[in-house]
Amino acid sequence: MTGAVLAPGSRKAPPLMEAARGRSLWDDARRRLVRNRFAVASMFVLGFLVIAAIVGPYLAPYTYDHLDKTHVWVPPLTGDHLLGTDSLGRDLLARLLAGLGVSLEIGVVATVVSLVIGISWGAAAGYFGGWLDEVMMRFVDILYSLPFIFFVILLMVTFGRNFILMFVAIGFVQWLTMARIVRGQTMSLKQREFIEAARAVGLSGGAIIGRHIVPNLLGPVVVYVTLTIPDVILTESVLSFLGMGVQEPLTSLGTLISNGATEMELAPWLLIIPSILMVVTLMAFNFIGDGLRDAIDPKER
Amino acid sequence: MFRFLLRRLLVAIPTLLLVITASFFMMRAAPGGPFDSQRRLPPEVERNVKAKYGLDKPLAIQYLNYLGGVMRGDLGPSLKYKDKSVTDIIKEDFPTSVRLGLSSLIIGVAFGVALGSLAAMRQNTALDYGLTTAAIFGICIPTFVTAPLLILLFGSTLGWLPTGGLSDARSYILPVLTLALPQIAVVSRLTRAGMIEVLHSNYIRTARAKGLSEGRIVMRHALRAAILPLVGYLGPATAGIITGSLVVERIFGIPGLGKFFVSSALQRDYTVVLGVVILYAVLVILLNLAAEVVQALLDPRLRLS
Repeated sequence: MTGAVLAPGSRKAPPLMEAARGRSLWDDARRRLVRNRFAVASMFVLGFLVIAAIVGPYLAPYTYDHLDKTHVWVPPLTGDHLLGTDSLGRDLLARLLAGLGVSLEIGVVATVVSLVIGISWGAAAGYFGGWLDEVMMRFVDILYSLPFIFFVILLMVTFGRNFILMFVAIGFVQWLTMARIVRGQTMSLKQREFIEAARAVGLSGGAIIGRHIVPNLLGPVVVYVTLTIPDVILTESVLSFLGMGVQEPLTSLGTLISNGATEMELAPWLLIIPSILMVVTLMAFNFIGDGLRDAIDPKER
Repeated sequence: MFRFLLRRLLVAIPTLLLVITASFFMMRAAPGGPFDSQRRLPPEVERNVKAKYGLDKPLAIQYLNYLGGVMRGDLGPSLKYKDKSVTDIIKEDFPTSVRLGLSSLIIGVAFGVALGSLAAMRQNTALDYGLTTAAIFGICIPTFVTAPLLILLFGSTLGWLPTGGLSDARSYILPVLTLALPQIAVVSRLTRAGMIEVLHSNYIRTARAKGLSEGRIVMRHALRAAILPLVGYLGPATAGIITGSLVVERIFGIPGLGKFFVSSALQRDYTVVLGVVILYAVLVILLNLAAEVVQALLDPRLRLS
């Protein structure tokens, strides 16, 4: 604790003194994360993709639903279309940007849905324990052991291709793992002194969960979120591929790939370019997730 | 052990009931019906057809009738394929899906364990990094990307392999490869992690001290312990392969149950959809249970309670 020796009022702390100041766990985690080249590169890539998906459509020369019957199946890098056009003469670049946006949107919203359900469920089960925990987690176990894609397909069939519903349906599938993680963390957190202190002050169970437990769950939750988003994007793509996803003319990465696959003999770029974008997006999320996990919980490595 | 099995099987019953109930009512809430077609049936014909399948009764009665049938092992007739029962359809198409899935699983585990062990033995070398990165690729590239790309490469461009149907053994290669790739990736990651942990344990140090060769240590001593976590992965792996088969069977035009399920769901063939869901739910539940039992048998530390 050499830092404490510093006389009060001295403005300029030498660099050595600075280093002696206590480092929080988050500082440590950030340091480890920054050293992970894959994760840092992925953050830049992802940042670029997000900006492109948000701003791109306003800058692109064509809209995603602009038809041009005279320029059908134009290969990339020829004429006015940087990435070429599809069978209806729609600009692939514009469609990619729109599709990326939709995929990211579904990824984030469905993950938030799963987050809300998973955290409330897991925190309640972990905090109250006893028979309630037993019943709640048994329920999770039961749902866990089902082939979920069938339910998502049934939901999509039942409620039509409703955009909002797709978010919710996928979110409902994804919350189980989150609930398990949160429960485990909560069980260990509730043994700690500051929770005991909160209880001694007379806070109710709900308030303790909301004010003290949930904020402390941040680490593992953040890691899991970055790994859930690509999973959701994949699920959405499978649905789109099976013809139950996003409806034309709106598009998603999965829809683009599935359309591209039907025309790949004539126009391979319609398959290859969206596939590359999809893989890059998923890999960026995975590298960031892995990097965050290693940074927050170095034991795993 | 016996009590554990009994308890799990007792839990399986309400689970299945939940599955059947949820699927039944979801399917019924879907707009349209199995007898909608381009040409509308005259109302009296439609009424007769509906009466034949008992679809004119109140929904609750239909539900109870269906449940009764399932308990007797009768999944009902298909509503779209006139003279076939759901059991017939499953008998016809399920073996194809099983062959496909099982081959992918075996290949996935064999290659995954080999590559994962290799990466662990050469931990933190270029080989390890290469394999680990390849595994991330394998996990991130979805089946519906691999499948068309493989078809484009080996089918259309090189013309080496058939790309549709299941005529001979060679036509299995591409679909099995597509399904196996993500499995290889996940299994190799799990094996690598398990192997690294085991290689640092005391009994391996003993084996090294005895002067055994590294290959022998891995094969004879470490592998058995390292692949233990894999057993628990059996359930999720099966679910993953089932999901993958929906896509793969469609792309390669394979007449399996996955392809059938999707088209039946779109055509509102209620009984077929329910039959397939029940079959797969039973399959996944049983495999999860089997995984737990095997794990406990292999590892005495995991006591079944």
